[in-house]
Amino acid sequence: MLSLLILIPLAFLLLMNFLTLKGRRLAFAVVMALSFFQIYAVFCPAIMANRPLHGLASVFDFMLAVDGLSRIMLLCIAIVIFVALLVAAPFVKEEDKRFYFAGLMILELMGLNGVVMVRDIFSMYVFWEVAAAASFILIALQKKRDPLEGAFKYLIFSSVATVFVLSAIAIILLISGDTSFAAIREALRVSPHSFLITLAVGIFLAGLFMKAGVMPFHGYLPDAYASAPAPVSILLAGVVTKTLGVYTAMRIVIDIFGFSASLQSILFCIGLISAIFGALAAMGQKDLKRLLAYSSISQVGYIFLGFGCGTPLGIAAAIFHIFNHTVFKSLLFVNAAAVEDRTGSLDMGRMSGLASKMPVTGTTSVLASLSASGVPPLAGFWSKLFIVLALWQCGHYGVAVTAVMASLLTLAYMLLFQRSVFFGTLEKGLEGVVEAGFGLTLPAVILAVLIVGVGIFFPYLVRTVIFPVVYP
Amino acid sequence: MSAQALTLFWPFCLFIVILFIIGFYCLLVTFNLIRALIGLELLIKAVTLLLVLVGYVTQHEALIQSLVITLIVMEVVIIAVAAGIVLGLHQHNKSLDVRQLRNLKG
Amino acid sequence: MALNIDIVVLFLMALSALWTVMTRSLLRSAIGLALTSAMLTILMFRLHAPLAAVFELSVCSGLISVVFIATISLTQPMSQEKVLQHMRDRLERFWYLPILLILTGIVLSFLNFKFNLILPVPEIEKDPRIVLWNQRPLDLLGQIIMLLTGAFGIVILFREAKKK
Repeated sequence: MLSLLILIPLAFLLLMNFLTLKGRRLAFAVVMALSFFQIYAVFCPAIMANRPLHGLASVFDFMLAVDGLSRIMLLCIAIVIFVALLVAAPFVKEEDKRFYFAGLMILELMGLNGVVMVRDIFSMYVFWEVAAAASFILIALQKKRDPLEGAFKYLIFSSVATVFVLSAIAIILLISGDTSFAAIREALRVSPHSFLITLAVGIFLAGLFMKAGVMPFHGYLPDAYASAPAPVSILLAGVVTKTLGVYTAMRIVIDIFGFSASLQSILFCIGLISAIFGALAAMGQKDLKRLLAYSSISQVGYIFLGFGCGTPLGIAAAIFHIFNHTVFKSLLFVNAAAVEDRTGSLDMGRMSGLASKMPVTGTTSVLASLSASGVPPLAGFWSKLFIVLALWQCGHYGVAVTAVMASLLTLAYMLLFQRSVFFGTLEKGLEGVVEAGFGLTLPAVILAVLIVGVGIFFPYLVRTVIFPVVYP
Repeated sequence: MSAQALTLFWPFCLFIVILFIIGFYCLLVTFNLIRALIGLELLIKAVTLLLVLVGYVTQHEALIQSLVITLIVMEVVIIAVAAGIVLGLHQHNKSLDVRQLRNLKG
Repeated sequence: MALNIDIVVLFLMALSALWTVMTRSLLRSAIGLALTSAMLTILMFRLHAPLAAVFELSVCSGLISVVFIATISLTQPMSQEKVLQHMRDRLERFWYLPILLILTGIVLSFLNFKFNLILPVPEIEKDPRIVLWNQRPLDLLGQIIMLLTGAFGIVILFREAKKK
C-alpha cells in the first residue's frame, strides 16, 4: 500500500483545515508524527510491497513502486522534514504562520514522496511541480524582501527547466506510445530514430541539471538557499534539489535511457566542473549560508561523478553519498540556524570563537565538516572513497585524481569556515551568546549521531543496506 | 502517418520554434518582472502546442488531451504563486524593475 | 483548403505573440496573451483535441489573464519622465526580435527531415475522460494536491496585499 505515503498526509491535511483554533496548535506535532510514520514505513515490508487491491479499495490502487533507491530517498525525505520542523519553532513565530508552515510541509512531503515513487514520466512531472510550488511558497512565507527575491529567481529557473523537460517528454511521445517507464524503455530500444532520441535525452538532461543546481545552471541556488528562512534552507539543501534533480536524473538514466559513452562524458564533465568550481567559489564567501550553498553545488557534482561511471560500485557510491550529503548538509544548516538565532547575523567576518559559548553547535559542526571533507572514520569518508575507487576501476584515472583534489579543496574551505566561525578568540560583541535552544540542538545531536554511527558501523551497513540497493 | 499529417507537421514545428524564441527572448531581455512572467507563459503555450501536435501526429489524442489538461492546471497554480511573489516584491521595492533585485549578490 | 486555415491561424498566433512581447504597456501585453491563447485554442480544435482546447480557452485565456490584469492593477506605474525614458530604452533592445524571427523562419524552411513514425497502435482508449479517470488516476491525485498548494499559496501571499 505505497499510496498510503501520499494519502495519509493528504487526509491529515484536510482534517487539519477543519480543526478549531486549539487543534491547530497541534499542527507541528501532526507533521512530525507523519515523518516518523514514513521512517517506520521504509523498513516495514508490508507497506513497501505493492500488492494490487481488490473490491472497494481498488479506487486507491495507484501505479507506484519502490526499489532500493526510492527507499533511501524516502528515508532522507522523512529525516529532513523532521529536522526542519524541529528547527522551525524559533523562526516561525506567529500562530497562523505556523499552521501554514505545517500545511506546506505536508504538501511538500506529498510532492517529494510522489516523485520518488512513480513509474511514469508525466506523473513524475506532476509531483515535481507540486514539490516545487510548495518550496516557492515556503521560501516566500514571511514575505521579507530577500526571500521574495530568492523565491522569484528560483521560480523562473525552475519553470524554464520544466519547459525543457516537457519538450523532451513531447519528443519521447513521438516515439513511444505511453508515458510509463517500461513502455518508453521498450520503444527506445527498438526505435531507429537515433537523432530524435539524442535530442530528447539532451533536452531532458539540460532540464534536470537546472533543477539539480549543478554548475553551468546554478544561478538561482545560492540566492535561494541563503535568503530562505532557516528551516526552509534545511529542507531545500537537504532534500528538494536532490530529489528533484539528482534522483530524477538517476531514475531516468537507470530505467529508461541506459548508459552510453556520450552520456558518461556529459556526466563527468558536469560533475567535475561543479565539484571544482563549487569548491573554489565556496572559499571566497563571507555569508555562512552562501558558503554552504556553494558547497552543496560541489557535492552534487561529486554525486554525478560517481554516478557517471555506470558500474554498480559507482551507482551504489553515488546513492550512499546522497544519503550522507543529506545528513551532513542538514546538520550544517541546523548549525547555521543556531548561529543565526543566537547572534542575529550570518556574516562570517563578524563572528569567531563561538565554540566556547555554543559547545553543542560547535562540536556537531566540526563532525559535519569532517564528514563533508571525507575524513575517516566518519560516513562521508566511505562514500567519497567508493566514488574515487569506482572512477579508478573504470579506467578514468584523470577524473579520479581530480575528484581527490576537489575533496582536498572541500577540506580547505570547511576548515576555513570552522576557523572563522567557531574557533579563535571570542569576538567583541558576542559575550552574551548562549547555547541555542532545545529545538536547535536536538536535531544537531541526532544528525551527528547518524554521521558517526553510519561511519563506524559501515561494514555492516554495506552488506545489509547498500548492496541490496544495487543488486536487488 | 497520413499524408495530410505529414504536410502539416513542418509548418507547425516552424511556428512552435518561433513561439519558443519569442518566449525566451522576452524572458531574457525584459527588465520588468511581470513581463518575465508573460515570457514564461508564452514558453508554456509553445510546449502545449508541441504536445498537441505530437498527439495529432501519432493519433494518441486521448492520452495527450489528458496530459494537456493536467499541464494547464499545474501551470495556473505556478503563475498564481509567481504573481503573489511579484506583488510582495512590489510592496518592498515600490517598483517592478528586475535590476533592483541585486540585493543577494556574492 | 484545410491546410490554409491552419497556416493563417499559426501566423496570427505568432503575430499576436510578437505584439504581446513588443508592446509598451503591460496591460496590452496581458490582453495580447489572452489573444494568443485564443489562437492556440483554434489550433487545438484543428488538431483534434477539443477537450484540451476548451480547457485552454477557459483557464489560460480567462483565469490567467484575470490574474495578470489584477497584478498589473495592484502595482503602481512609475512616474511620467521615467516612463518615457523607459520606452525609448525598450525599443533599442526589442527591435532585434522580428529580425531574428525572420532569419529563423528562412533558415528552418530549408531544412526538410523525412522520417516514418511507425507506432504500435493497440486498443488505445479514445476518450480522454476515461484515460484521465481510469488509466491515470495518479495525475488526478497530483492535480488535487497542486490545487491545495495553490490555495495555500494564494491565502499566504495575497492576504496582506489586500489589507493595504
